[in-house]
Amino acid sequence: MAADAPAALIEASSLTKVYERGGGRAGFTAVDGIDFQVRRGEAFGLLGANGAGKSSTMRMIACVSPLTGGGLRVLGHDSVTDGPAIRARLGVVPQDDTIDGELTVRENLLIYGRYFGLSWKVLRERSTRLLEFTRLSDKAGDSVSTLSGGMRRRLTIARALINEPEIVLLDEPTTGLDPQARHLLWERLFQLKEDGVTLLLTTHYMDEAEQLCDRLVVMDAGRIVAEGAPAELIARHTSREVLELRFDRLERQTMTDRCRGLVEHMEELPDRLLLSTDDGEETLGAVHRRGVRPVTALVRRSSLEDVFLKLTGRSLLD
Amino acid sequence: MDTLVRAFSAPAFRELGYWLFRYRRTWRGSIVISVVNPLLFLAALGLGLGTLVDRDGGAYLRGDSYLEFLLPGLLVAAVMQTTFLEAAGPVMQGVLARGNYRAAASTPLSPADILHGHLMYWTLRAVMNATLFTLVSMLFGAVEASRIPLLVPVAVLVAVAFATPAAAWSVTMTRPSQINSMFRFAILPLYMFSGTFFPIEQLPSWLWPVAWATPLWHGVDLGRTVALGTATPLGTLAHLGYLVAMAVAGLLLARRNYRRRLHV
Ligand SMILES: Nc1ncnc2c1ncn2[C@@H]1O[C@H](COP(=O)(O)OP(=O)(O)OP(=O)(O)O)[C@@H](O)[C@H]1O
Ligand SMILES: [Mg+2]
Repeated sequence: MAADAPAALIEASSLTKVYERGGGRAGFTAVDGIDFQVRRGEAFGLLGANGAGKSSTMRMIACVSPLTGGGLRVLGHDSVTDGPAIRARLGVVPQDDTIDGELTVRENLLIYGRYFGLSWKVLRERSTRLLEFTRLSDKAGDSVSTLSGGMRRRLTIARALINEPEIVLLDEPTTGLDPQARHLLWERLFQLKEDGVTLLLTTHYMDEAEQLCDRLVVMDAGRIVAEGAPAELIARHTSREVLELRFDRLERQTMTDRCRGLVEHMEELPDRLLLSTDDGEETLGAVHRRGVRPVTALVRRSSLEDVFLKLTGRSLLD
Repeated sequence: MDTLVRAFSAPAFRELGYWLFRYRRTWRGSIVISVVNPLLFLAALGLGLGTLVDRDGGAYLRGDSYLEFLLPGLLVAAVMQTTFLEAAGPVMQGVLARGNYRAAASTPLSPADILHGHLMYWTLRAVMNATLFTLVSMLFGAVEASRIPLLVPVAVLVAVAFATPAAAWSVTMTRPSQINSMFRFAILPLYMFSGTFFPIEQLPSWLWPVAWATPLWHGVDLGRTVALGTATPLGTLAHLGYLVAMAVAGLLLARRNYRRRLHV
């Protein structure tokens, strides 16, 4: 890492967003004084359930949403005063895509690029390269209405790269994609990272967060409840293994009650019971000795999902 | 002055570029409409109704033919309507999900740049429409060629005076039906009672102040006095003042509304 590079590309301090509500009601606090920093070249994740404030945070960083309080510096600029200069160096993949239905696939790249003041010559070359990068070359001349959801997502990503941004903001980039398309996207994102692009992404997929993010924060109701590398968070907040039990619907309550006190932390989900433990097999034995008969029992390693459940008391995909 | 220069600097031109790019797909149709529209009106109203009016209406027309009387109003009203439709619908669509404005707002453009760029487009389109309209009218003998350089700017001024409030209002709308209602219940009545088809002095005198208050009447009367050579300094100044004030007020309001809607 270059010594003269700024310590952090994104610095949020007590970042706050309150949405005004009509009818004289008090405003709604979507982001409640969060602090975090994103370093150059890293992939940083924002995790959180629906309504946690991820998109609100992303939009403030993208300088399309004024802060209500706190400070935000992006690429060394103050986001309040230097919005245009910051936006010029960002790539943005918003949660609901803003692909232009009036233009063809290729025109979407060209015309968007014009907004950054790029010449047609540069844009022709870049759009060809980006369409290849996102495997959309065959579709270049087609109307965007003929694209599938996954293709639209890829086009949005291609478009976000047209200005060769230093930071790319990806708000749920793979939601709604099939597994193959997701893996293709992950591979592309890795490639970007290798090229030195800083990534900031939100996701509901724990595997995605574990795969892609060097560091992440878990948000809940507008606050940050944990921060660290995925492995670090798992080590810090959960036991080594998890025993997952499923019960017959009629027996669920009695069986759950019998398991109480067996382990330090137990998570009751609508469809499963999760027991945190350092040795899943041994806990399973203890469960059986108490006369608990699950329909299925599964021992697995703890994951980010468990961290999330423990910290927020919520399932990510609720 | 400084803000004015900045307002129309490079970023706004990129938004203009976007709308011109889209116009490439519809320009043929739009030119046909700009030519056919005056043809139909002039044929039906000017030649058909006009012969009737000219037979007994000489006193009001002070020697001009009904066609000459009608043309400036028709021009101003037609250009205004086209501008309203080109401003209202696309602005509302632009700000909704998948609209152009949302995408443009994530680039270096500010909401004001987006507005200014789009306004340049409406202005350009109004110049095109007004020019074609007057040229066709000239072939009909409805206007003297020497008046065209004055009439076109009047029509464009009226277009801008309507475009900025229309944009300010539409950017806060979410349904196409709202635009349709506005057109039906505000724009069309304006058209009927602004003195386009007859001098407002024909209305009961208590209705005159209503007509004087409407922006289109100022535009129509300005156009007519300019075309027929009956303009007075005071009247012209009042008309210009009204229209410019409306354009500026609309612009300020639109800038505020664009910012609120695009930077939430
Ligand atoms: N423009 C807005 N006006 C009012 N409230 C808003 C607005 N945008 C978001 N909110 C509220 O702010 C909260 C956080 O929303 P946000 O979109 O940031 O959540 P999120 O973490 O991205 O959720 P999701 O996973 O569903 O995308 C929600 O309760 C939402 O209702
Ligand atoms: Mg979101």
